[in-house]
Amino acid sequence: MGLEQKLGNMGVVTARLEDLVNWSRTNAMWPMLFGLACCAIEMMSAQAANYDMSRFGMELMRPSPRQSDLMIVAGRVSRKMAPVVRRLYDQMPDPKWVIAMGDCASCGGVFNNYAIVQGVDEVVPVDVYVAGCPPRPEALIHGVVTLHEKVRREKMKDWA
Amino acid sequence: MAQIEEVTLDGMTHLVSDRALQGETMLLNMGPQHPSTHGVLRLLLELDGETVLNAIPDIGFLHTGVEKNMEAKTYQKAEVMSDRLDYMNPVGNNLAYCLAVEKLVGLDVPVRAQALRVILAELQRIASHLVWLGTSALDLAAMSNFMYCFREREMILDILELVSGQRMMTTYIRPGGIWRDVPVEFEAAVRDFIKIIPGRIDEYESLLSKNPLFIDRTAGIGKISAEDAVNWGLTGGTLRGSGVNYDVRKFAPYSGYEQYDFEVPLRTEGDVRARYFVRIEEMRQSIRIIQQAMDKLPMGPVRSNNYKFVPPPRSEIGTSMEALIHHFKLWTEGFDAPKGAIYSAVESPRGELGVYLESDGGPKPFRVHFRTPSFDNLQVLPVLTKGFLVADLVAIIGSIDIVLGDIDR
Amino acid sequence: MSENLTEIIENLVGKFGGQTIEFAGETSVILPAEKITVAARVIHDEFGFDLLSALTAVDYWPQEDPRFHMVYRFTSIPRHLMLTVRVPVPAVEASVPTIETVYHNANWKEREVFDLFGIKFEGHSDLRRILMPHDWEGHPLRKDYPLGYEEPQFSFNFDEIDVRKPYAKNGRGE
Repeated sequence: MGLEQKLGNMGVVTARLEDLVNWSRTNAMWPMLFGLACCAIEMMSAQAANYDMSRFGMELMRPSPRQSDLMIVAGRVSRKMAPVVRRLYDQMPDPKWVIAMGDCASCGGVFNNYAIVQGVDEVVPVDVYVAGCPPRPEALIHGVVTLHEKVRREKMKDWA
Repeated sequence: MAQIEEVTLDGMTHLVSDRALQGETMLLNMGPQHPSTHGVLRLLLELDGETVLNAIPDIGFLHTGVEKNMEAKTYQKAEVMSDRLDYMNPVGNNLAYCLAVEKLVGLDVPVRAQALRVILAELQRIASHLVWLGTSALDLAAMSNFMYCFREREMILDILELVSGQRMMTTYIRPGGIWRDVPVEFEAAVRDFIKIIPGRIDEYESLLSKNPLFIDRTAGIGKISAEDAVNWGLTGGTLRGSGVNYDVRKFAPYSGYEQYDFEVPLRTEGDVRARYFVRIEEMRQSIRIIQQAMDKLPMGPVRSNNYKFVPPPRSEIGTSMEALIHHFKLWTEGFDAPKGAIYSAVESPRGELGVYLESDGGPKPFRVHFRTPSFDNLQVLPVLTKGFLVADLVAIIGSIDIVLGDIDR
Repeated sequence: MSENLTEIIENLVGKFGGQTIEFAGETSVILPAEKITVAARVIHDEFGFDLLSALTAVDYWPQEDPRFHMVYRFTSIPRHLMLTVRVPVPAVEASVPTIETVYHNANWKEREVFDLFGIKFEGHSDLRRILMPHDWEGHPLRKDYPLGYEEPQFSFNFDEIDVRKPYAKNGRGE
């Protein structure tokens, strides 16, 4: 049903290029395995069987930045780790997006001191912030769906 | 424009042998972001082909400054930070901190609160060992175990959410008792869980214990003798895999552990496989403790009634003037602890978790130090991996069961 | 258990000179700094304390002498005993002999105390920073080191702080 009705006799579908590219980007967005602290455990729970993230296209988590599109910064970023985060972000090929998962990545969280970067947006540009300490796996999935909606609305002139 | 920086050895040149600096052996950086290091741990490996000659750990990528930050908060507010140290065992961290505060101040905890603390701590121990099993088996490419372990862990997190409202960082255990009494559904939920879990642990064992691939990858790997283990300061499952009978729950019992009948599993080989068996058996003994605690659970209050240190129940605030004044003082200033220093330890799933707490008479802790087990357990890694392959290194890191939040604090 | 410990404490005070403190039912020993390596050897071999549980320091700034107290906690697994030893360290030329030769896990613990407090350890095989970045200046857990508290952004001061906050740029063609 559906697609075959629109195909007509010649088997041709017309659509806008933007819609097509955005749709394909959202449906197979692979995150990079970048769990730092407690939020990483909730990210692993979101990937496991109960709150399955592979329903949303995130079947695998790639440890290599060269093979991933999405960096979920899960956990607190310390001052020693900040250059490493930036270097990994630079190694990811375009198009790339960043989700700041948890309070520590969004704004420094409970820890307001010399050792923690107050919000990972001082180091990498962030697209979606997910609040919680740690956010429930459902909250993370909501953040991912929000990111998908944001990507769907991207315009051709903003593409990388 | 991206700057190309020269990668230096960051002050570790004196630890690297001359052969490496001349290029005979290879220096490999197993960097902070790696799927098998269980957190942000950097290892500088010196390799001769595939054999590891030296593995130098570089830690500090998760340093949070908890000890200094706690000095700026009152005793009650500082407890929130203690959850987030060893993030696999937040209930145990709360318990360690609260026992230290109670020892410093001289507070008594009612028996019902002690029994509930034991039940929650043992549930947390099972949850932590499930994650250990899932992730270390995942490193050895046993992926289905990971999915099964997380399914059981969800049951435990459901119980914690039922009791406190939060899955992981509960802060349910407070100085003087626990936050509030457990709801009626708690008993049914825990009993259902302990009926199901022994069968599930048998399932995991059937996948791994007699599997020839698993045996090849873990038997004889990463051995350490009992004396060396004690001298290097190992505690927990890593030490008991070498045959030393040291468990803080039996050595210096706290929170009523002396009334429960359980064994401390020991193995003598000291390799990765011995530690695996020790932790599986620890899960079974935890189930025994929970069973006994649920059967003996006494009735009574769940918080001490010393309102100088413990907040009064909210129902009394409307009717009693003293309760209102105590509540006001505790929330604005906090309580004053007597001047002195104590050390108190609990058994976390990783080993001896100790808290050194010193007070100068004021409402804020003067110095808090956490003696975390993973800090000492990781120190022995170069000794354990000398002469083994890189693939064995991954198995050894998994068997030591480190959590980087514990190490870097 | 405590009778054995009282004998051990009297023995230590007699051999090395020092005092005892009592608090919350436990007694700790204060020993002088120069003799700590010998004392550690005695505690390990003669009295059978085979595990070094904890090693840390406390800063009493602005009190100058002693400014720091090192705290050692020993555990004896076969004899079922625990002992706390404190060593006062002055502010100027803060240094203590190392006990790494007796207890191997003191290696990293003393590195941590050096990193966070600035107390040097004579005879340590590898004294460098462990938790902070290797080129960090200052010793964070000292009382005269600031906490690094940053003002939180509420709605009334959101715009002022927003202007000052160093947001990251994308790094492409800027």
